[in-house]
Amino acid sequence: MYTYTDFDEAFVRSRVAQFRGQVERRIDGSLTEDEFKPLRLMNGLYLQLHAYMLRVAVPYGTLNPAQMRQLAYIADRWDKGYGHFTTRQNIQYNWPKLQDVPDMLEALADVGMHAIQTSGNTIRNVTADHFAGAAADEIEDPRPVAELLRQWSTDHPEFQFLPRKFKIAVTGAEHDRAVTKAHDIGLRMVRNDAGEPGFEVIVGGGLGRTPMVGKVLRAFLPKADLLPYCEAIVSVYNLLGRRDNKYKARIKITVHENGLEKIQELVEERFAAIRAGFTGHDQALLAEIEAAFAPPAFVTKSTDGYEAARLANPAFRSWTDTNLADHKADGYAIVSISIKKHGSTPGDATSDQMRVMADLAEEYGHGELRISHEQNVILPHVHKADLAKVYAALREADLATANIGLASDIIACPGMDYCALATARSIPIAQEIATRFDELKIEHEIGQLKIKISGCINACGHHHVGHIGILGLDRAGIENYQITLGGDGTETTTIGERAGPGFSAEEIVPAIERLVTGYLGLRTDAGETFLQTYRRLGMEPFKAILYPAEDKANAA
Amino acid sequence: MPRSFSPKVITANALLEGDAVWLTEANTWTRDISEAELLTDEAHADLRLLEAQSRVDEIAGAYLADAKAGEAGPEPTHFREAFRTRGPSNYAHGKQAELS
Repeated sequence: MYTYTDFDEAFVRSRVAQFRGQVERRIDGSLTEDEFKPLRLMNGLYLQLHAYMLRVAVPYGTLNPAQMRQLAYIADRWDKGYGHFTTRQNIQYNWPKLQDVPDMLEALADVGMHAIQTSGNTIRNVTADHFAGAAADEIEDPRPVAELLRQWSTDHPEFQFLPRKFKIAVTGAEHDRAVTKAHDIGLRMVRNDAGEPGFEVIVGGGLGRTPMVGKVLRAFLPKADLLPYCEAIVSVYNLLGRRDNKYKARIKITVHENGLEKIQELVEERFAAIRAGFTGHDQALLAEIEAAFAPPAFVTKSTDGYEAARLANPAFRSWTDTNLADHKADGYAIVSISIKKHGSTPGDATSDQMRVMADLAEEYGHGELRISHEQNVILPHVHKADLAKVYAALREADLATANIGLASDIIACPGMDYCALATARSIPIAQEIATRFDELKIEHEIGQLKIKISGCINACGHHHVGHIGILGLDRAGIENYQITLGGDGTETTTIGERAGPGFSAEEIVPAIERLVTGYLGLRTDAGETFLQTYRRLGMEPFKAILYPAEDKANAA
Repeated sequence: MPRSFSPKVITANALLEGDAVWLTEANTWTRDISEAELLTDEAHADLRLLEAQSRVDEIAGAYLADAKAGEAGPEPTHFREAFRTRGPSNYAHGKQAELS
């Protein structure tokens, strides 16, 4: 893993000191809220419905055990003993007090972390495949490139006042687990005909009120050209992007309004102009970063105990069936720890749970943890011989829910329980759906199903790319939930289609239940997923299930 | 006929804690909406809001929120404002914990 250089350390400390002064001036009244707001946002501090919220960057979702323990310490010392993992691989604290925030940032700096550029119209935390460095289907670990992009984008003088926020995601694998096509820039590692690794550069994807699937700007970009090419894209957007209308300011609209060809032309022109300025220092830096991300020393040992434990313990077997993924090293597995126990808040972990996960990473996981955009925590490198012990410890900590990828593994934004922008609540809907499917005991029979819930049109809960998406709205002073179907956030990214009129808070959970049990009757066999059935049959049969009364009325 | 003005309260977030506060008739900030001043005259409400917004070292983001007269004092009329009087629904945190 990358560790801070003296330069990084000094930079982060100086930002903490600056912010400490700004907070002092805000508290004594010499700064108004209007003056202070852009300063606090640059440091990840929001003012929400009931309190401030501090969003801490977890660069490309990677943490070491010391960092995870520090996040737990911060939760205990200055918050309410828990943290919320987000869809951009960050962690949010929901209850900090203004005067404590500089101390929280200082505590983060102690472990090489910060909250810089987790808000504002800047390049945000660069996200990556949460299985990076471990996945069996990977060309290369994308994190060195993500770290290079992080260093380049942090405090980049040209890009501190972009037309709007700017999000970059990177994946090194064929299977896209980083939702690259729903980002301002998505980077998908591919090989050219000569077998050299490079990137397919995708631009102009995004969710929000105008969802768009990203378009390929360059089919193959050599790795060495990555920084100048990204700089060219952001530079073109910085000048061309609209500043007259917040809702038309993201690069997806710039691409849509100007056309991909025009953007291509401008980016290539800018790239040609600045390429020579990148004289190789970035590549030397990348080589150093790559060395820091060298794979751990994988060990070889027998997995006999693992197979025996699977046979002996059905609960362990079920967990291994759902929560493990293929690892590139023999004898290893990638463990997804579900932070979605049925009925609990998606993405929330207590400080005790954080410490358990840190301990497990240290003892059995080569010292690595990841946060996934699906709001779970990953132990990327666990030997199968240790899985039974890991499972037992997770069970003790209430972290052994076997539901990864299933109906109750729901993404939900904070919604109106916390967020000042929300138009309806998301968390209680997620809790109720998960509880209901647990009561029915059918989620393993249902199989792969992604339900994603947003509490407003900004789509932080990724509802557009949920197989079932739920969007909470305010309809004449009452919470109302719209359903979209057929969304997909992988390499075959698709924006879901709206099914019809929305449902009230009381009706939405029964509607989802109807939809999912109805799917069981529509699928060809247990191997056909919800998404595949939807793609085969289209909206109509699902609509008939969702709105049975109307169906009868039409038939009459 | 002047257009009708629905009653309002002035609300904001406390500067240090960030929690919801309401302006009272006595010019203090209260954590309990029922102690707030219910504003029924538009011109008076606008004036009170200007006064509230000038108190920069006490609060942030003052605005007028719809409210109605209840038995114990003003009550919220919209669910968002109702949540602000209680706290989140997933944990007993915020006002619902402090007031009980």
